[in-house]
Amino acid sequence: MIAELGHFALMLALGLALIQATMPIVGTRSDDPTLISVAAPAALAQFVFVALAFAALAICYVTSDFSVLNVYDNSNSAMPLLYRLTSVWGNHEGSMMLWVFILVLFGALVAGFGGNLPAKLKANALAVQAWIAAAFELFILTTSNPFLRIVDAPLEGRDLNPILQDTGLAFHPPLLYLGYVGFSIAFSFAIAALLEGRIDAAWARWVRPWVLVAWMCLTLGIAGGSYWAYYELGWGGYWFWDPVENASLMPWLAGTALLHSAVVMEKRGALKVWTILLAILAFSLSLIGTFLVRSGVLTSVHAFATDPRRGIFILAILVAFIGGALVLYAWRAPLLKQGGLFAPISREGALVLNNLFLTCACATVFVGTLYPLALEALTEEKISVGPPFFNATFGPLFVPLLVIMPFGPLLGWKRGDLLGAAQRLLAAAFIAAVVVAATFALQHGGPILAPFGVGLALFVMAGAVIDLAERTMILRIPIGSALRRAVGLPRSAWGTAVAHFGIGVTLLGIVVVTAWGAERIAALRPGETVDIAHYRLTFDGMFNRTGPNYRELVAHFTVRRTNGDLLGSMEPSRRTFPARSMATTEAALMRRGMSQIYLSLGDPSGDGAVPVRLYFKPLVLLIWIGAVIMFIGGGLSLSDRRLRVGAPRPRAAKTQAPALQAAE
Amino acid sequence: MTRKRRRLILIGGALCVLAVAVGLMLNAFRDSIVFFNSPTDVAEKHIPPGTRIRIGGLVKAGSLVRGDDLKIRFDVTDGNRDIAVAYQGVLPDLFREGQGVVAEGALDSGGLFDADTILAKHDENYMPKEVADALKKSGRWKDTYGQRAAMPVGGGGK
Repeated sequence: MIAELGHFALMLALGLALIQATMPIVGTRSDDPTLISVAAPAALAQFVFVALAFAALAICYVTSDFSVLNVYDNSNSAMPLLYRLTSVWGNHEGSMMLWVFILVLFGALVAGFGGNLPAKLKANALAVQAWIAAAFELFILTTSNPFLRIVDAPLEGRDLNPILQDTGLAFHPPLLYLGYVGFSIAFSFAIAALLEGRIDAAWARWVRPWVLVAWMCLTLGIAGGSYWAYYELGWGGYWFWDPVENASLMPWLAGTALLHSAVVMEKRGALKVWTILLAILAFSLSLIGTFLVRSGVLTSVHAFATDPRRGIFILAILVAFIGGALVLYAWRAPLLKQGGLFAPISREGALVLNNLFLTCACATVFVGTLYPLALEALTEEKISVGPPFFNATFGPLFVPLLVIMPFGPLLGWKRGDLLGAAQRLLAAAFIAAVVVAATFALQHGGPILAPFGVGLALFVMAGAVIDLAERTMILRIPIGSALRRAVGLPRSAWGTAVAHFGIGVTLLGIVVVTAWGAERIAALRPGETVDIAHYRLTFDGMFNRTGPNYRELVAHFTVRRTNGDLLGSMEPSRRTFPARSMATTEAALMRRGMSQIYLSLGDPSGDGAVPVRLYFKPLVLLIWIGAVIMFIGGGLSLSDRRLRVGAPRPRAAKTQAPALQAAE
Repeated sequence: MTRKRRRLILIGGALCVLAVAVGLMLNAFRDSIVFFNSPTDVAEKHIPPGTRIRIGGLVKAGSLVRGDDLKIRFDVTDGNRDIAVAYQGVLPDLFREGQGVVAEGALDSGGLFDADTILAKHDENYMPKEVADALKKSGRWKDTYGQRAAMPVGGGGK
């Protein structure tokens, strides 16, 4: 009964989406306020019905209703409650439901909090939002219905894929989808602006908070997924340049570019046409990401079997939305009034450079990800484009971006003083140079580029600190007034510095773990030891353990320093899930400061020796901590009152504008 | 500085970065692309030793030999031809005789495939797409291989 209610609610939501997709457009064309005012209530009602459908599916999972095919295929009554709940989106149908749920959630938020938006812009944006929702609801109802029943209900479900039975599943897909789908707001606003043929700096102010929210969630989602893959897959890698990972990286790169170009548009009224294009591209890349993951066209370490019929449906959605948006852009963009120009050496100039590098880096990822597909379609030749390709293209484009990054915030709008900025960064450059020299002196046999990488990371971090120091004038004026300046500083300035600092932190982690990480592979018998870095691990033996829905073979290791100090024990294991007759490797991690010792087991061979992979990962945690810092930076920027959703109208904001301007 | 000059600088800068990006990509495409081959392809194409390639097929039943220090040997077959593969390291969880496998590495002068990577799969019934295609080509495809593919098993997460 509950499944049928959910199914019915989803159909009603589709009906509402169709109303929301058409009425407001007709209304804005014919200047009919009644039709225009349909948009917001329709968006809220659509959200209610999709939420009902989603809740119905969740109830089926939590109560283990195996008469529902989707539940039978992906759940098991022996699983803990958390996994029964998260398996709602641990499969194709359910994850599409989550996608649509987040999409209409954003629509409802715009409808509910967009009170200060011009009525027509809001109505058109909600209509575009509804086109997307309608397309995906139709997709779910026709090809991926999660509410299908089985005639003879089985007693037990087939269990969730063991790899997904992890708390990572609770956070990673929702965050990633919040990011992907969040860009739909920017897309809808861009299309609405093109439909109206009118755009001004205020557009950027309305759109930026949404882009920021999406960007924050995507940052955290990608980092979370990376950490999950790191400890779950047992190979100790945090990024594989796998197509599915690239699918999430591309919208992130485009979204980061959009975030920066929207600043230029908001402050200076320039780059309007470019910002609109980026808004379209960011969401288009999210759609492409959805297509790549959901259609199963790519062979990937993350690939699961999927149904090609769905692939064609998503491809049709993709072509319709991306193609339609770009055609509309080509047709209407020339009508938009161009903004002012600026000197190449200026804050705007630096942001343009940022956009250039980010979009080019995004393009290389795009080509590397899709080239194998194109080649196979055209010549039947099968190739794989792996890490060497991306390291050779993405790396060289990101290094100059990171070098110029600290300069940007120190340059003035309109006309910047490059020499002045360089002088102020002298301290950062000095720190970086000292670190490069020290690293060279200390390292033995590491890669030659590594010290420079560490230096660059320090330069980026110190640059962010100097940016804040300059703005607060700390060290130059009495500490009390500097603190007052710090409090008065716009939150967005804090956000910029914190997020940029986070990039440096992540970079430091990547460089150090790549250059000085150690790896050992060994076959051990009980009592034997293995050394890595300055640690010694003793294999004590194996024992069995039983979990709720699995059996587990656990290996016990004692960890000591090479000088004999006892540090603790590690227990990597291999789990067998009878419901799927599948085994997983559970790596054991031991944290040492920001570094980790990483231990995972192979398949024990007949002679009693256990193969182990042992890694020492120096400063590896910085990679993800940096992402969390970026997230915090985004949050600070979001709390800036100029960007706050539902902030006072421009007239009220103007009274304090001079103070804010002066502070920058 | 005139409007026109500023615009020229902007466009010129953009083209420079774009040209660098294209150059990097073309260069990387020349060096770092790995072609996929079935055992039959390897036999027919005369791939020179030392070229990095991927091979895929089924792990031939009864061919797996374990040596010391986690060294292993096995044959990859597409039904027509076999290739002997040598690998040292920990095998992925789902590596089994009779199952699909993709290995990356290079042929040595004696025709032995020296693999440095054996690709892991997430699902016990999942068949790598290349392997499925190679088996279909050699006529050894059995419908049971991809059984689950027709079921709505999909995958969440990554």
